[in-house]
Amino acid sequence: MLLIPCPWCGPRDEAEFHYGGQAHVAYPADPAALSDEEWARYLFFRDNPKGRFAERWSHTAGCRRWFTLTRDTATGVFESEAGA
Amino acid sequence: MTSRRREGVAGETLRFRYDGRDYEGLRGDTLAAALLANGVRAVVRSGGLGRPRGIYASWTEEPNALVQIEEPFPEPMLQATTVELYDGLVATGLGGRGRLADRPDPARYDAVHAHCDVLVVGAGPAGLAAATAAAASGARVILADDRPAAGGCLPDTGETVDGVSGTTWAAGMLAELAGRPEARVLPRTTVFGYYDDNYLVAVERREEGAASRERIWRIRARRVVLATGAHERPIAFAGNDRPGVMLAGAARAYANRYGVLAGRRAVVFTTGDGAYDAARDLAAAGVEIAAVADVRRDAHALDEALAVAGPLAGTEVLTGHVVTGVGSAPDGSVASVTVSGPSGEREIEADLLLVSGGWNPVVHLFSQSGGALRFDEELHAFVPGEAAQAVEVAGAARGVYTLAGCLEDGVATGTRAAEAAGFRVPPHPVPAAERVTALPSGRLWLVPADDYETHFVDLQREVTVADVMRATGAGLRSVEHVKRYTTAGTAHDQGKLFGVLTSAVVAHATGVEIGDLGTTTFRAPYAPVSFAALAGRDRGMLHDPVRVTSLHGWHAAHGALFENVGQWKRPWYYPRPGEDMETAVLRECRAVREGAGAMDASTLGKIDVQGPDAAEFLDRLYTNMMSTLKVGAIRYGVMCRADGMVFDDGTVMRLAEDRFLATTTTGNAAAVLDWMEEWLQTEWPSLRVYCTSVTEHWATVALAGPRSREVLAGLAPGLAVDAASFPFMTWRDAEVAGIPARVCRISFSGELAYEINVNAWDGLALWEAVVGTGVVTPYGTETMHVLRAEKGYPIIGQDTDGTVTPADLGMDWVVSKKKADFVGKRSHARADTSRPDRKHLVGLLPEDPGLLLPEGAHLVATSRLPEPPVRALGHVTSSYRSAALGRTFALALVSGGRERIGERLYVPLGGDPVPVTVTHHVLYDPEGARRDG
Repeated sequence: MLLIPCPWCGPRDEAEFHYGGQAHVAYPADPAALSDEEWARYLFFRDNPKGRFAERWSHTAGCRRWFTLTRDTATGVFESEAGA
Repeated sequence: MTSRRREGVAGETLRFRYDGRDYEGLRGDTLAAALLANGVRAVVRSGGLGRPRGIYASWTEEPNALVQIEEPFPEPMLQATTVELYDGLVATGLGGRGRLADRPDPARYDAVHAHCDVLVVGAGPAGLAAATAAAASGARVILADDRPAAGGCLPDTGETVDGVSGTTWAAGMLAELAGRPEARVLPRTTVFGYYDDNYLVAVERREEGAASRERIWRIRARRVVLATGAHERPIAFAGNDRPGVMLAGAARAYANRYGVLAGRRAVVFTTGDGAYDAARDLAAAGVEIAAVADVRRDAHALDEALAVAGPLAGTEVLTGHVVTGVGSAPDGSVASVTVSGPSGEREIEADLLLVSGGWNPVVHLFSQSGGALRFDEELHAFVPGEAAQAVEVAGAARGVYTLAGCLEDGVATGTRAAEAAGFRVPPHPVPAAERVTALPSGRLWLVPADDYETHFVDLQREVTVADVMRATGAGLRSVEHVKRYTTAGTAHDQGKLFGVLTSAVVAHATGVEIGDLGTTTFRAPYAPVSFAALAGRDRGMLHDPVRVTSLHGWHAAHGALFENVGQWKRPWYYPRPGEDMETAVLRECRAVREGAGAMDASTLGKIDVQGPDAAEFLDRLYTNMMSTLKVGAIRYGVMCRADGMVFDDGTVMRLAEDRFLATTTTGNAAAVLDWMEEWLQTEWPSLRVYCTSVTEHWATVALAGPRSREVLAGLAPGLAVDAASFPFMTWRDAEVAGIPARVCRISFSGELAYEINVNAWDGLALWEAVVGTGVVTPYGTETMHVLRAEKGYPIIGQDTDGTVTPADLGMDWVVSKKKADFVGKRSHARADTSRPDRKHLVGLLPEDPGLLLPEGAHLVATSRLPEPPVRALGHVTSSYRSAALGRTFALALVSGGRERIGERLYVPLGGDPVPVTVTHHVLYDPEGARRDG
């Protein structure tokens, strides 16, 4: 079980968290201006790298805050403890 | 009865029964030791081949001696080598599968979460040295050991440390740890899993009289020291499964630890020096050593040393010899051993064959941690390589096989671990032990033969070298594939003894180096763990929280049956004496449509949304406009995911300019709150909005039916209840039955209806007042479902499944055309969401008005099913008997359904598909005439 560094609470067990997938996928500023393909890309397409990956976590059983961490998906090791 | 106990060994006598016969043992024995002491050699018969099998090892690595405990409580698949003997034990030998208990387990199982700076696994010489060194620094140390008593192999070998017996030294180390307030020793505790970020899980078998029988320890450690020792390795030769064939170290352990002699006359078959120590101890204990077959041709130095003095003086050492056969007694156990070598072939009479093929470090936990293994060419064994976590390995677990070396390694490793965790270790003395030098070991995995049908590489799964060669002959090259093809290494022992040997045989057969081939993956658990222990107290009522409303006691006292909705218990229906479900629900439905009914609606999710930007926030999440809602008014709303599919629905009431109360479906309350928080925190942090769950603060009574206004007027004389003063979709604060209440005029049945909200602790008083009027019938969720379905109101999650848009539900009216954007809006403009063949919510009337369609049934176009594949047009989502319609009806999602209204479709139910007519989804009071009473 991963030990996840919550920027608000400190390191806590993975079981306290909810995974939120790839980080930095912003809601488009003007969805109406997007083509179907661009909108589908926002909705359905996410990276799946082996290695560095910025991802969102929510400390659902703790402070309930969302934050971003970078993790190596091959080793499970978090890169930084800073939230974004 | 044959006693194989060493002279002078005494203790408390314990009686036990094995395979229907009564025996006696001593306190401190394992069941295996007690059986050997009674001369029981063939303890089980193998499951497949029915071959007699004996005790092969002395601890958790035992492959053969599986037993079923019968008394005091039935437990299957325990190892006789680890079961501590107690008075009255009743057990039977198991060839293969065990039997689960036929009665509830009266024992309690517990769990502990623990944190430490240094976790030491194994309380042998290296582990004790590591733990005491680390603990001297003041670090929080946990020492976990799977045996009842500390010392590891010391009681087996009888070696001395610091001039005292190993057992005495180990007791001294425990006393030292007991004086360290931050140190904790866990005996009888097997660390069986090593997971990410130094999270290890162990099971503790507690002593009799403890508050629980077993305890799971979940330990997060800064640093881990693995001092897990080594397992002696068997050799593959013909007949190596006979009772009486035993690891040399195991026979030594039975002699020294338990005072039990495993035989009378032994042949030793070895690749190294270790077996000589075992042979010496056994000879001293009274076992005649007939000969030593040493595979090394250069073992003459030993031969000469042995001839001089000591218990082995004069013992014949056959260098360069191997065992090529085992002769058996009538019971199948060893009667003679055939050895071959430069001197030719000889048959030697013996009842015990001690085998030592070298040692395998116990690298299981290290490997589970992600650490790499490498093959050491001098030790002929896999040893820990590069670590992937904050872990170090000490002693025999990394191939240090001398006692002095283990003690030195333990102190060094424990010191390093504590210092890496940020502590300073004062200078720590290394306990003293005799230094010995050994000759290099030989390497032999497999005694060559013409026929490999009895060269076993897995005694429990009964896999032989011949089976492995069949696998490699079939083209398999990977040990993982051979394992699955042959099942070698898949039994309870997971190949602890034979796994590496199997790899070696595969390497031999495929002509590669074992170091290049590797081992199969080591996975948790290291040793079998009972589900009862893993479940702990999370069983029965504690398995999952049960949520009940403040009215639950009343419902239960009045005979309600309950339906599970998420974790909530909701009254399903209230049968009167003699009523079945159908009758009760029809009666409740009629009461609401013709008089008045009351339902406990407290479980609906309620979220208080406050802040200057609350209206803007709700506009972005709901498909319809919430900012135009007047204070005092209520609006029904739908939320979609970004993909445009309906996610939840409910009402929103505006309490103030900057404050709303949103209700959610019962099962989705937490998800909706999470959804709101996610958008607020990650996309719209500039919005000044706070969301708070208030579900349990309120008790809600739904009062529905044409007579509900009259009932409310009687209970709330201060409230103007006429339709003009209190219109549909508004709320009023008032006293109801003398209780401060918020009354909403909303309806989920199509009838004139109210929802009365009060403080949760006033819920029961309100309910009793409402029902006490004598004209109000309590109704449950089933009636609520029927009534809403008659009106075509969908239940999100029952009539929808995450692929349904508001338009599919015929609810275009709930989607704002004015708002520039809301979550899901862009998706409603995708080509896919406007396809004419999308599934629409429609009503179905079976042509047989008494036929109740099963929910989930599929719809097809033809009265006869064509050859598969058959295209299903949709499926039934809700189906009920209607009192108001006097017949059955259903809701369904049907492809292009709104264009099919009036069409006949068919539902295959096993026999001929039954005809149904597609209708509009609103079947009752389509003009909404009953809403105002």
